[in-house]
Amino acid sequence: MLPTLPQGKAARAIYGAYIVGFLVYLFAPLVVVVAFAFNDSNFSSPPWNGFTFGWFVDSGPDRVGLLHNDPLTRSLAVSLQVALGVAVLSVAVGTCNAFLFERHKFPLRGLLYMMMLWPLVIPGVILGISILAFSSTVANSLEELLNMDIDFLRPGLPLVILGQFAFITTITTLVISARLRKFDPTLEEAALNLGASKMMAIATVTLPYLLPAIIGASVIAFLMSFENFNTTLMLVGSDAPLTIQLYSMMREGSTPVVNAVSVALIGGSALLVLALIFTDRGEKKAR
Amino acid sequence: MNQRSGFRVGLFLLLAPGVLWLGLLIVLPHAELFLVSLRERVAPRVYESGLTNYLEFFIEPLYWNTFLRTATYSVMATALTLLIAFPVAYYIAKMLRGRPKNILFLLCLLPFWVSELVRALGWIILLRETGVVSTFLQTLGLVDAPVEFLYNDAAMLVGLIYTSMLFMVIPLVGALDTLDDSLIEAGYNLGGNGFVVLREIVIPHAMPGIVSGCIVVFMLTLGNYVTPTLLGGKDSLWFTEQIYNQFILRFNWEQGSAFGFLLLALSSFIVWAGLKLSRQSLGKVMT
Repeated sequence: MLPTLPQGKAARAIYGAYIVGFLVYLFAPLVVVVAFAFNDSNFSSPPWNGFTFGWFVDSGPDRVGLLHNDPLTRSLAVSLQVALGVAVLSVAVGTCNAFLFERHKFPLRGLLYMMMLWPLVIPGVILGISILAFSSTVANSLEELLNMDIDFLRPGLPLVILGQFAFITTITTLVISARLRKFDPTLEEAALNLGASKMMAIATVTLPYLLPAIIGASVIAFLMSFENFNTTLMLVGSDAPLTIQLYSMMREGSTPVVNAVSVALIGGSALLVLALIFTDRGEKKAR
Repeated sequence: MNQRSGFRVGLFLLLAPGVLWLGLLIVLPHAELFLVSLRERVAPRVYESGLTNYLEFFIEPLYWNTFLRTATYSVMATALTLLIAFPVAYYIAKMLRGRPKNILFLLCLLPFWVSELVRALGWIILLRETGVVSTFLQTLGLVDAPVEFLYNDAAMLVGLIYTSMLFMVIPLVGALDTLDDSLIEAGYNLGGNGFVVLREIVIPHAMPGIVSGCIVVFMLTLGNYVTPTLLGGKDSLWFTEQIYNQFILRFNWEQGSAFGFLLLALSSFIVWAGLKLSRQSLGKVMT
């Protein structure tokens, strides 16, 4: 079927209806999540009892909104910390990797490149347990050897950051490499001819060129970390990030405060994605 | 000579972060996981090596039933995702041009910037006994009493398909975009009907996209944790839950590691087989 070909009106209408149905399927879950965050009721289910901001701002005693729900606000802070840590680490290592794979030839380069892609095909749960098993083995041997306990290697936020970093770095490497590949190396050579040192040329010419990709990779890393569940579940200690907290609230059957958190999450990622699209567009116009 | 050794040092400095990342967070943890899976606890702190944990998997019906179930449902979810996504991708790639095309494509991507937990929450609100669908049917008079649509395999499948949709639509649109309209027109001119054109021209051309989409969707479904636990019923046990139970609840790391390795083996085998069948490389499929 093509728009340029003659075809039955009925077939076309059915096809259009299918697309509309698909869009309803895509958006119905999100619409109800957002709608019931504003419903004046203690359950996120019909009937509609009127509009309220209570699930965001109320401070109790019968209704505790998002802003006054301590476990939730605490877990939000934890998630922000983790996501920032992951974004910084994975972009730094990703940038190094991009230069390594795009600029250098060395023995076993192909093998290392393939290994760099592995984290994408390892299920998150397994990545989590493998890091858990390895870090506790290391911690146990260090404890026996040096007779000191290293908290860093026990389940907790540092391990969560490392676990997420382990697979998000692949993504940042790919994003930054793609941009570095398009860079015209003669620009760097020009800087060298004009008397810049290699480091100076990279810092003043190449890195500014890479900046959009670095920003984009940071945003993606931040979002992926913020939303990660599987790897985090296996490595988490006593401080729960938001996804873990949200999951346990959903399992217990919670008040619409979980809808309020979801609205905040949707708003947050929408802002980040919009920012990403606009920097991308501004970049395209500048060229 | 000096320049060359400087280059060497530079290469080494660039190599270090990547090698540390892959070595300490991917290779060694998986080696450790494998070693743990071969261990058997015979007394506290006394271990013997052997295949007991893997044998246990085959002896205990619950374990391999869950494994088979997870694999079967992942195949079903992948096939259904492909069936639902293909017409949508074709509509985006071939029926629309310019702005409407970009808008519909963007609409299809939007829900996936939102956390998987939020999407699951949406389905819970829609499908549960007091939920939107049940209430709606009662208002219409189609049913007399509340109906529970949640906590069964169908609800779990709906959620799994929903979660995977993006990873199918993107590669399909990518593949269909490169198909020249004139080939489809030629197919009709030579007397083929819609079905023949689809089978002989469209699907063969879209094959690389179909394969990459299916690989990614299967892998993600297999490793999913949130959707089966939140939307599935008591009998809808997923294999990742088995791993979690062994590792975190029962503290039986030996058994959990063996499970983890079996899941990793299945997942890797499917990826490998898919790549071989379609003669593609991992790097191409993932980017």
